[in-house]
Amino acid sequence: MVAAAPSDERRLPPIQPIAVATIVLIVIGGIYTAAHLPRHVPQGPTIALLAAALALLATNVVLLARIKPFAWRIFRMVTAWVFAAYVVIAGMLEYVFVYDHTRGTQLLILTGMLVVFAVNIPLLLGFSVARYQDPDG
Amino acid sequence: MASVAQPIPGAFAPSRPTVKIVPVRLLPVVGVVLIGLVVAIATNSHWALDFFHVAGGGLWTGIDLFVGLVLGPILGSMSIPARLELSSRMMPKLLLIVPTLVTMTLGSGFQLARQLGNLASNYPHHSWLVASYVVVGVMAVIALGLLEPANLAVLFELRKPNPDTARIGRLMKVFIYTAGITGLMQIATLVIMTKLASV
Repeated sequence: MVAAAPSDERRLPPIQPIAVATIVLIVIGGIYTAAHLPRHVPQGPTIALLAAALALLATNVVLLARIKPFAWRIFRMVTAWVFAAYVVIAGMLEYVFVYDHTRGTQLLILTGMLVVFAVNIPLLLGFSVARYQDPDG
Repeated sequence: MASVAQPIPGAFAPSRPTVKIVPVRLLPVVGVVLIGLVVAIATNSHWALDFFHVAGGGLWTGIDLFVGLVLGPILGSMSIPARLELSSRMMPKLLLIVPTLVTMTLGSGFQLARQLGNLASNYPHHSWLVASYVVVGVMAVIALGLLEPANLAVLFELRKPNPDTARIGRLMKVFIYTAGITGLMQIATLVIMTKLASV
């Protein structure tokens, strides 16, 4: 469902599909965890999902940093505002986890998922806007 | 980036409103709602959690169904200038309203399920609950991965002196299709939630 770019639009690395794949992994991790709570959640699958999501996020950061030229000013502006909003959302979720007595490794994994979520979405939205803007300079 | 901007038809250009990405004056309302949600969770008030879940869920479902299945097809059949006129006024509001309703519904819903003991794996209808997580998960991927990026990109394109109408048309298609899919997914949510509420 990603809008097909016509031939006159600049070809960019597959940052949007990778970011969507990252969201998919985090959502699967979230569903898997929620389906087990409040019992013990088997940690192998959630750690694997988190590691894969982190790898995809790191790949996206590298791909993004290599784009030249790019509308970095707009990218930074959108990413910063969306990040501020998602810090609030992720903070609320973290509060609920702690409030509901989630502790130890389980809390660490969930926090890791929230961090990936709170970085990935701003990156995706910043890129989605900046790709259609005139590059800096 | 070399953008091939197609000019907006002359009759439309003078009346084009200044596009605001986020309606700032609505932010205090969002703040009040979020504070209310935190208080409801912290106090474990059954009524407050019920209120946030039912009111938020009802509005979220209604908006998704209306936008996806009623407004979306109408928007798709409108002329490009008319589409832009409507989108530039509607999308900024949706950008604030929908995430707030989603946070309200999911935050209170999870806490409510915990309070009622519905999260326990021995709850007879646990599989229905897991099905609801899957439906919400699919909607989250579509909304965050496709719908929201298209929505924001359209708003920023509309702020340009000469917006590229062909690009806006392509992005609006993504918005219309994804809104339609989330609308259909909301029917599954209605089935699951009414099933859970009636057992």
